[in-house]
Amino acid sequence: MFQTVLPYLLSGISVGGQYALIAIGYTMVYGILRLINFAHGDVFMVAGILMVYISAAGVPLYVSIPLVLVATAVIGFTIERVAYKPLREAPRMSIMISAIGVSYTLQNLVLYFTGGLNQQYPTIPFISDTVTIFGATTKRVTVLTPVLTIVLVAVLVLLINHTKIGMAMRAVSKDFETSQLMGIKINAVISTTFVIGSVLAGVGSMLYFTNYTTVIQTSGAMPGLKAFVAAVFGGIGSIPGAVVGAFIIGICESLIKGLDIILIKAGITKSMLGLTTFSDAFTFALLIIILVVKPTGLFGEKTTDKV
Amino acid sequence: MLKVTDLKVSYGGIEALKGISFDVEQGQIVTLIGANGAGKSTTLRAISALVHPVSGTINFMGRDITSFNPQRVVAEGISLVPEGRRVFANLTVKENLKIGAYLRNDKEEIEEGIKDIYRRFPRLKEREWQLAGTLSGGEQQMLAVGRAMMAKPKLMMMDEPSLGLAPLVVKEIFSIIRDLKSEGMTILLIEQNANAALRCADVGLVLETGRITLTGTGAELLDNEQVKEAYLGAD
Repeated sequence: MFQTVLPYLLSGISVGGQYALIAIGYTMVYGILRLINFAHGDVFMVAGILMVYISAAGVPLYVSIPLVLVATAVIGFTIERVAYKPLREAPRMSIMISAIGVSYTLQNLVLYFTGGLNQQYPTIPFISDTVTIFGATTKRVTVLTPVLTIVLVAVLVLLINHTKIGMAMRAVSKDFETSQLMGIKINAVISTTFVIGSVLAGVGSMLYFTNYTTVIQTSGAMPGLKAFVAAVFGGIGSIPGAVVGAFIIGICESLIKGLDIILIKAGITKSMLGLTTFSDAFTFALLIIILVVKPTGLFGEKTTDKV
Repeated sequence: MLKVTDLKVSYGGIEALKGISFDVEQGQIVTLIGANGAGKSTTLRAISALVHPVSGTINFMGRDITSFNPQRVVAEGISLVPEGRRVFANLTVKENLKIGAYLRNDKEEIEEGIKDIYRRFPRLKEREWQLAGTLSGGEQQMLAVGRAMMAKPKLMMMDEPSLGLAPLVVKEIFSIIRDLKSEGMTILLIEQNANAALRCADVGLVLETGRITLTGTGAELLDNEQVKEAYLGAD
């Protein structure tokens, strides 16, 4: 039984970690701008495409990996400056529409360059090696993802709670105007948020596409949506919430994918029931349930304001 | 020290300030009194560059700061204690003080400054690690004043510091204001409690629908019949 479940569990933890790295970008931007950055999933996809093209140009991995991360950071920064900053005083709906516009722009740019063909993601040697854990064979990336995710999240939480810029981020997320009165440059803080979110999405894309091996202009849509649901599930605005939500969604999704086989092996059912098809539906059903039952999510913002 | 000349501010076509001029001298407490909507908060917000004036100039210590952004105004030495205190509820008391010193880089002096604030307001020291949102209204006001002091301002502006506080706490707030003055701080104060404000002020200005209609020393305005009737309540 354990042997049957293990591979699904492992891949669930892995994909959960990848969702977590994307979800942090959603939740941080929401925390500071109260904006659902619909383009975030596409930034993740563009990071994948950049890796394809940069590697195809013969750039060695120890250059291409940092280069892709820097480029992704620049893209995140630029999107904010060009599409969101001019709308700072505009109604929230305008900036949301702008985000959707950016999303389609990125997808269509990539479509233009790739001609809509699947691009083979380069093999990153160490992490795509095969390893065996408790008898289950898998790529090393599966084991590495949760570890890397947790390390990065720990660093991020330290940054937010114990540095000056982190303190400024928390202040800006609460009150733009008073932050300005402290001398904080809110635009710089917002840019930093986008840069951090984009770099994490870039790391996520390397892990994710090492597993799924091909990139196409719509590759960001599904992981982006899942990560968004994870952020909402965990309580949007909360980083630990997004991470926990992402792992739960990743694991459940993966277990549902293997549910048919697990049930047969366990002797509960005799034939395939086609339950695999419900793995995506599960995530979105969860979104609906969370929004109805506990709209603030698992770790939703507690308000300690005293007026 | 601060020289405001013919300042006009509009919000979406409605003139909130119709050209006001006044001076604040070094070491003085100047208070703006007036009804709701007279333009008191707008005046402070314009000086802090949170709103931009249509015309007029703001001059601080010989420099024209009219077109500065809020960060530069703080850097020049003007701090605002905003209306409603606006402490960062999600930051601890200590972090709120630290963030007041955001533009300063002298780590040791900042620590000294925090200690100094704790000496003035021992209750803040007791609550050092609490989130500011859990403090009482009076404590939050002390924190807001302390936070503004952490920027080492030359001019401190206070917007309704006694609003919504219990009478005993209001007394305490005014004694803080007097202490600051005795230490040489220059203060521009807005108060709905005109009586208490005029009593500690060197200069009082009466603002009515965007214009200054009366100017005088605190004592003069306290004796003025019009002021008595409109702002001090009949006795």
